[in-house]
Amino acid sequence: MILPALAFYLFATITVACGVLVIASRNPVHSVLFLILAFFNSAGLFVLLGAEFLAMILVIVYVGAVAVLFMFVVMMLDINFVELRQGFLQYLPIGLLVSFILLVEILMVVGAWVISPEAASVAAAPTPDPALRSNVAALGDLVYTRYVYLFQAAGMILLVAMIGAIVLTLRSRPGVKRQKISDQVSRTRESSVEIKKVQPGQGV
Amino acid sequence: MEIGLGHYLTVAAILFTLGIFGIFMTRKTVIIILMSIELMLLAVNINLVAFSTHLNVLVGQVFAMFVLTVAAGEAAIGLAILVVYFRNRGSIAVEDINMMKG
Amino acid sequence: MMYVLITFAPLLGAVLAGFFGRSLGDRAAMLITSLLMTAAAIMSWAALYTVGFGHNPAHVNLLSWIHSGDFQVNWALQIDTLTAVMLVVVNTVSCLVHWYSIGYMSHDEAKARFFAYLSLFTFAMLMLVTSDNFVQLYFGWEGVGLASYLLIGFWYHKPSANAAAMKAFIVNRVGDFGFALGIAGIFLVYDSVTFEAVFSQTPDMVEHTFNFLGYEVHTLTTLCLLLFLGAMGKSAQLPLHTWLPDAMEGPTPVSALIHAATMVTAGVFLVARCSPMFEYAPDALAVVVVIGASTAFFAATVGLVQTDIKRVIAYSTCSQLGYMFFAAGLSAYPVAIFHLFTHAFFKALLFLGAGSVIHAVADEQDMRKMGGLAPHIRKTFFMMWIGSLALAGIGIPGVVGFAGFYSKDLILESSFAASTGLGEYAFFMGISAAFMTAFYSWRLLFLTFNGKPRAPRETMAHIHDSPPVMMIPLYILAVGAVFAGIAFYGPMTGHHWQEFWGDAILILDTNRAMELAHDVPTWVKWLPLVVSVAGIGLAWLMYIKNTDLGPSFARTHQAIYQFLLNKWYFDELYDWIFIRPAKALGRIFWRIGDGKLIDGLGPDGISSTVLKAARRASLLQSGYLYHYAFAMLIGVAVLVTFYFYAIGV
Repeated sequence: MILPALAFYLFATITVACGVLVIASRNPVHSVLFLILAFFNSAGLFVLLGAEFLAMILVIVYVGAVAVLFMFVVMMLDINFVELRQGFLQYLPIGLLVSFILLVEILMVVGAWVISPEAASVAAAPTPDPALRSNVAALGDLVYTRYVYLFQAAGMILLVAMIGAIVLTLRSRPGVKRQKISDQVSRTRESSVEIKKVQPGQGV
Repeated sequence: MEIGLGHYLTVAAILFTLGIFGIFMTRKTVIIILMSIELMLLAVNINLVAFSTHLNVLVGQVFAMFVLTVAAGEAAIGLAILVVYFRNRGSIAVEDINMMKG
Repeated sequence: MMYVLITFAPLLGAVLAGFFGRSLGDRAAMLITSLLMTAAAIMSWAALYTVGFGHNPAHVNLLSWIHSGDFQVNWALQIDTLTAVMLVVVNTVSCLVHWYSIGYMSHDEAKARFFAYLSLFTFAMLMLVTSDNFVQLYFGWEGVGLASYLLIGFWYHKPSANAAAMKAFIVNRVGDFGFALGIAGIFLVYDSVTFEAVFSQTPDMVEHTFNFLGYEVHTLTTLCLLLFLGAMGKSAQLPLHTWLPDAMEGPTPVSALIHAATMVTAGVFLVARCSPMFEYAPDALAVVVVIGASTAFFAATVGLVQTDIKRVIAYSTCSQLGYMFFAAGLSAYPVAIFHLFTHAFFKALLFLGAGSVIHAVADEQDMRKMGGLAPHIRKTFFMMWIGSLALAGIGIPGVVGFAGFYSKDLILESSFAASTGLGEYAFFMGISAAFMTAFYSWRLLFLTFNGKPRAPRETMAHIHDSPPVMMIPLYILAVGAVFAGIAFYGPMTGHHWQEFWGDAILILDTNRAMELAHDVPTWVKWLPLVVSVAGIGLAWLMYIKNTDLGPSFARTHQAIYQFLLNKWYFDELYDWIFIRPAKALGRIFWRIGDGKLIDGLGPDGISSTVLKAARRASLLQSGYLYHYAFAMLIGVAVLVTFYFYAIGV
């Protein structure tokens, strides 16, 4: 029984530490790297909770796509990090104070509230026994039946985000020759050919 | 000792607070702010999954999936905006982004 | 039906010319109003014949106006002889002035507006004279005040015209305030505002008194004095006369119609109309006599030295109104109305003649810049002579005379016949005024028409008589100025006056001034003629024979001359007593009350507070992302804390 507890503390500690470092490190590249580490450890926490599919998704989507995207942008923008002003700290005390108060309050909620016994009986979709139905299969049962519309909507959101990102960042540079099929097809004779009468003996 | 719901919620609470703290204490690039948002969403996901497990309800994990989706979209759009902004103004330092000044 | 037509034809004309003048065109608007007025004038003479000589008064109920508890007012036309006489005066003069104005205003831009105002005035005046209750009378009273204001300020681009219009309106407010109080008092005492009810109850009210600040005050006297206050304002009597000379800023036809023949006589009409009340209030009558006689004298003295041709006639009007008032005050109401009737003709004639002169000399009104006009405008010259002869009351007692002779001499004889202290005061004042009237009338004639031309040569070059459309009204008025006295002397003021006037005028048997006026000693009958001729002679001496006499007299008696020239310093006195304190008070209210308190706390204060607050709030919009995030965080913290407290964890 000690092993899961140890694993939890390991993952939790590293996650929190990485969170601190994400916002504290001077170099954004380091921040991204710590963010990736935080995601990895969260994935570990998910596994501990029995959400294997989400853990894998987190690794694949977040680490593999989102975090890499962050890294890519940080690198691409080529910010001169030395010049970046290192934060004014005049807000630090009050910021710390307010954050601390908030944290304490959230923790008080966590510590003081109990879950009512009837909660399980009103559950919309009870988790099947992992021995009979794997986590992935159980999720699939839900997502493709009851939540199929929301699933499609999520796909739509990703599509829109993709198109939006392309529209925002695409720019056509002048001076670069590209093939434009529509222009070629819509060419007419008048716009392409000019007939000149050449007097004999005079050349063009 | 048993690792219960409270432990996970505590971790999530700390992560969430860190994310908030990161948003308003960052003076460097806007990218850090986006990362802080990702941290907060991660905290939310941990909460959802933890409740899902402890209440024995699978819907929490479905929700966590949707949150992941939205977070991915948000990251993509946010970064695209950053790129455009940097292209136009040459800086994404938080200090320089104050065109909404009244 | 005829009476309705008489009163509403001018309104129709005013509406047509006023609202549709632009689409009708100037010419059509002028013709429509003038023709409607002519129709009304002809019907008025028919009305006078029916009512005055046929003894057939009428009462037409038009519609109910105000019904509020016991307070009931109807629109109604009460046509008795008094009204009929006024109808004739108003409509005849108005009709002639309309036609005259077609010529006089031919160069003006806003002809339709002018004619609309003229007709509107006429309508209001008709409402005034045909009313059967005090409230409708007040409506007409204010209506003519409004029309007078509009017409005095007709040339609104002239600051002096605007000032004069406002002065007329404001001075009249003083009188109208008294009038309104009087009407309210009448309703309080009599529970009714109709003439019939009020007058029939008046004999029972003789003993009625009320308590005011510990004094027992005679009710009827109070009411009559309040009504007379209104009359004083409208008829330019002594303390409230200052607006009339300034009103000459208006176009001359307006002066003829409003400020000579009709509106200013409304006060006299009011006193005559209320004769059943005044008769029982001898103290009020005494006040009327004193005010009237003093005004007659005062205005005549001022008229002696004025140089503006219209102002001379204006002061003369003021003076003649004084005559009418003291005649009314001596219970000789028919004589007062008779003088009103004749005066309307010759004063309108004088004004329109003066307008003709002014028209001829290119809008010059200063007599010192005229002179020697007689050969150039001979017709106008004759008309002015007729008017002046009528004004001065020239005529041979017992034989024949001009219109003014009959009415004015009868007033003087009545005042002598009253044989009271007041009567003698009025007689003395009247005789002096008659002398001065003759003097300033011929001074006006001699300065304007005789002597050497003092106008610029180019003006003299195209002096010409006015076109027929202006001259024919003059001829008609001249006929009136000559014959109105002879024709109406008998019926109006003779021994059978009661037959003519019917119930319209009440004279108690104890007040016999008018009865006795026909039997005064011969020297009283001749005295007015003598002083008038003396006045003419003096004017001839000073302005024809020996022109140095006037200026040298002015030099040697500088004080008197200045005193008269400045109109007894009434304007200055009012300026000092009322206007300056009012302005100072107004400035205090404006600067401190309005500017600092109301604006400072009200609109300006609120707007500046909002501005400051907005400026502060806009500082919050720093544009920095973390500020917003921080604000959000604080919000979240506060919200969570609130939940803790609210739920009581």
